[in-house]
Amino acid sequence: MNKIIIAISAALIALSASAAGAEEIINGAGASFPAPVYQAWAYQYNKTTGAKLNYQSIGSGGGQRQITEKTLDFGASDDPLKPEKLKHDNLLQFPAVIGGVVPIVNIKGIKDGQLKLDSGALCKIFLGEITSWDDDRVKNLNPGMFIPHTSVTVIYRSDGSGTTAIFTNYLSETCPGWKSRVGAGKAVKFPAGIGGKGNEGVANYVKRTQNTIGYVEFAYAKQNKLVSAQLKNRAGNFVAPGFDTFAQAAESGDFDPKKDFYTWLINTAGKGAWPIAGATFILLAKDQKDANMKTVKFFDWAFTNGDAPAKNLAYLPLPESLKDKVRAYWKANGLR
Amino acid sequence: MPIIQKRDPADFIFSVVTAIASLTVIVLIIGIFTVLVRESSLSIRTFGVIKFLTSTDWNPVTNSFGAATTIYGTFVTTFLALLIAIPVAIGIAIFVTEIAPNFLKSPIGIAIELLAAIPSIIYGMWGLFTLAPLMAKYVEPALQKSIGKLPLLGILFQGTPMGIDLFTASVILSIMIIPFTASISRDSFNLTPSVVKESAYAIGATQWEVVKNVVLPYSKLGVFGGIALSLGRALGETMAVAFVLGNNHQITTSLYDAAATITVSLANEFTEADTDLYLSSLFYLALVLFVMSFIILAIAKFFLLKAEKRYSR
Repeated sequence: MNKIIIAISAALIALSASAAGAEEIINGAGASFPAPVYQAWAYQYNKTTGAKLNYQSIGSGGGQRQITEKTLDFGASDDPLKPEKLKHDNLLQFPAVIGGVVPIVNIKGIKDGQLKLDSGALCKIFLGEITSWDDDRVKNLNPGMFIPHTSVTVIYRSDGSGTTAIFTNYLSETCPGWKSRVGAGKAVKFPAGIGGKGNEGVANYVKRTQNTIGYVEFAYAKQNKLVSAQLKNRAGNFVAPGFDTFAQAAESGDFDPKKDFYTWLINTAGKGAWPIAGATFILLAKDQKDANMKTVKFFDWAFTNGDAPAKNLAYLPLPESLKDKVRAYWKANGLR
Repeated sequence: MPIIQKRDPADFIFSVVTAIASLTVIVLIIGIFTVLVRESSLSIRTFGVIKFLTSTDWNPVTNSFGAATTIYGTFVTTFLALLIAIPVAIGIAIFVTEIAPNFLKSPIGIAIELLAAIPSIIYGMWGLFTLAPLMAKYVEPALQKSIGKLPLLGILFQGTPMGIDLFTASVILSIMIIPFTASISRDSFNLTPSVVKESAYAIGATQWEVVKNVVLPYSKLGVFGGIALSLGRALGETMAVAFVLGNNHQITTSLYDAAATITVSLANEFTEADTDLYLSSLFYLALVLFVMSFIILAIAKFFLLKAEKRYSR
């Protein structure tokens, strides 16, 4: 019995000695949307430099709160914080990767990319004013397409999320009725439909129930092979979600380092821009110099080497011009 | 002069350790209550008590919150789950103790305990991927065609059956709480002295009469204890219900509508609550659930004690 105890204690001491070694660990938490790409980058980063990145997807709100309390090295948030709030909480902010929100449908006979919608129709569907799929407002956008006379079921996010924030910001900006009745935010009071938990919940529900419409992050739509709809953008063109349309949205976005890159890639002016795109952001606490240097080193590496894994997971890396702006921002704040 | 008994040192240490363990539980409960009150103080100051408990508004954008919808959801799911689970659990216990052949008693007992050991999130995922589609396609339309046509009960089965609603959530919850009542009832039934049962058989009672008139009355208290345990579990169950309830803040008369319970709202909205008032209101909901569970379990315990007193007279 004594021998076993001695053996176990020796093993524990040896283990802790090796673990207390010089391994660099970066702790981050926040948005669940970019979690897969951060973890893919962390794996590669560990293989090349040996430093470890710990990322927990607890939600954007959690990420914002924890970095303000300085319990993390960096926080991740799908919705950007306004410059006033960043100043008030002494934070820095920069974008990491770009995604888009995609409306998904399940209507018999309609395949991926076939159904065309515009902001007005989308808004009225989610307000519960369009209750039948073959309503004129939908049929007029899809001349020649057979749409069955069935009732619309709206699926929204039952939990608070950055996806909802981006989607409701789009509806608020393009539709005064939505703005006055519902508003925008990570969690809103949806006037119609039922809630699914998480992107997975909404995707699963739309996939197996007929005559439904929902909204998910592009990565989920792509990987689950869901039927997405085309949207009419500000330039008047119908666009399908994809890397090229997201990239055009990112190019025409107004990322200003002086405003800590606070911008929504909603309804941007590009000819072929996807109207519901958004960047996901990293938040740093100004006082944590060491943590910030580590984090910036990681993201610098990710900007240089992480494009391929990001694209594999259906995330759009930042355009080169934006990456350079972010690097300049780091330099201006003494982190590089 | 009182005789001071010399206590064995081991006994003394034993009693101190167990006392500390028990006191820790009380301290923890008081601690949790204090934290809940402190964190929800902003919301209590903004909304007051009556207004918060009766308001059906839950709007994070306009920062207006009320607990009525979630309290309603909690009550309905718990009540319905108990309604389904109690007869089934007692039936299982009766089967295992009185009716089953000997070789079946063990496997069924183990199966019940395994049911209790399944993590609740597995129930939730199974509910979302397997049970909800089955409900939407077969069970709910069938119920709508049969009971839905009756005058009073029919209101409960109106609306398009979508699978994600109070009904499915209650069914999953009932499956989760069956093991507690079933195990404890089975143990209570086994405690019935065989002398009493055999006497009943000897004067010509049938199996059902023995169960109804001898076993059940004898083990009433144990069964109630098991039901109280299930009730406590059902009130606080989160993940199993979170996936299949929809988190739709509304008070609805139809079981085929999505709704929200306190635990489901907390699970869904806690991490993303951005404003202080939102977070404080969620803590307020947690406080309401805490107090509610306390009151309901106190009532159950009170009835148990009264029944015990009446019984032992």
